[in-house]
Amino acid sequence: MLSIIGLSLTVSLTAVFIATLIGLPLGSLLAVTRFPGRQGLIILLNALMGLPPVVAGLAIYLLLSRSGPLGNGGWLFTPAAMIFAQTVLVTPIIAALVRQVAEDLWSRYRPLLLLDGVGSVSSAAMLLWAGRFSLVPIVLAGLGRALAEVGAILIVGGNIAGVTRTMTTTIALETSKGNLSLALQLGAALLGLTLLINAMVQFLSQLAKRLSP
Amino acid sequence: MRYSSKLFYTFAFLLLAAIDSAPESQAQGKPFILLASTTSTEQSGLFPYLLPLFTRQSGIDVRVVAVGTGQALKLGEKGDVDLLLVHDPQGEEKFVAAGFGVDRRKVMHNDFILLGPAGDPAQVREKKTVLEALRAIAEKKAPFVSRGDDSGTHRLERRLWKKAEIEPSIAKDTWYRETGSGMGPSLNVAKEMLAYILADRGTWLAFANKGDLKLLWEGDPILFNPYSVILVNPAKHPHVKQKEALVFMNWLTGADGQKAIAEYRINGQPLFIPDAGKN
Repeated sequence: MLSIIGLSLTVSLTAVFIATLIGLPLGSLLAVTRFPGRQGLIILLNALMGLPPVVAGLAIYLLLSRSGPLGNGGWLFTPAAMIFAQTVLVTPIIAALVRQVAEDLWSRYRPLLLLDGVGSVSSAAMLLWAGRFSLVPIVLAGLGRALAEVGAILIVGGNIAGVTRTMTTTIALETSKGNLSLALQLGAALLGLTLLINAMVQFLSQLAKRLSP
Repeated sequence: MRYSSKLFYTFAFLLLAAIDSAPESQAQGKPFILLASTTSTEQSGLFPYLLPLFTRQSGIDVRVVAVGTGQALKLGEKGDVDLLLVHDPQGEEKFVAAGFGVDRRKVMHNDFILLGPAGDPAQVREKKTVLEALRAIAEKKAPFVSRGDDSGTHRLERRLWKKAEIEPSIAKDTWYRETGSGMGPSLNVAKEMLAYILADRGTWLAFANKGDLKLLWEGDPILFNPYSVILVNPAKHPHVKQKEALVFMNWLTGADGQKAIAEYRINGQPLFIPDAGKN
């Protein structure tokens, strides 16, 4: 049981970490730059927030299958494949929401930054720093998506006992076996875990806010 | 393509570094094989009981991906697993004939049973054959839940309807409902709908949400449910772990594995009857 919770956390936290590394700069850069196709990219990013996990799972399955383009690594049915899938699901959420926050800040700071001749990359970094407290719930939204997700990891992970079985796939399996009360208890445990993580982040973020000048 | 795979490996490297700390890491060093099998073997609890016995003796982990037989055969075809344990003799023969699998061996069997609400509105209990029972259900338009997922059980059910000379369609026949999911989820649905359903005995015995569902019909030879193990053809997919897979196949069809299968019981009832080596 502990290893199942551990795996859930490892997979989702790693996926959110990578998605944050990609999503923060991507969203912020999108806010400060202007190029042809930018509107289209923003619409695409917003739409991808609603990417159905099974679709992402299926696409990644085909990619990682032995008969697919990336099949040689043997990644299918491993936690790495699950992290890959969740990263794909979470990155658009983080990038799209960060873009909105950064764009609002951009309209406020733009004259100042332009006057100082600050480049796009530095501007993007500054906006992220200025909006750092607004970024916390964005990352949490991504984490919520990752921890709650079952459709994608079921396909690319295979729900293998002791290897790729997470909280959500266990709940799905126990429901299949008719162990409804056990499934519900696991669901409550997952919810509790999510609450705990959110409370911790909230606490740390308040603390940081108080300490920051 | 090259760019995307580079990106992927960068990814993968980051991932591996993170996963190294996962509680599963001790399992990573052990040799393992990937087995695609049916939901019935997983949900009946057979694998959680059987596989640790094998792993203790051989040091080889068996990673089970439990899906419908149709999907399991597909995973074998693409080379995503090393071996299969499935239950659709016709599909298996086709799979081997097409060169996707080799060394098909009998492992065990149980049987399919017809379940329904205790009230039995179509009175299938009194019918002489299962085909007559199905005809009675269709005539009465009593609710019937079909797996609808191209699993071994679903394939057999469709063959039975064909033999009964009835072709229920989800478009016209409102009493016939496809769930498109595994045995357990379909049982959950049948229980709520007070519907008839064809199930494998193993999943039924282990199922914990029986409610008002009762076993109403059993014992027709047509309901025989044989499971075979098949090695994914290493000539087609060179990465198949033939050596380890054969160790497992030999164990499963050998004295130890067969005895373990025979000894797996729920409430004193055997779920599977070993029959390796029989014709």
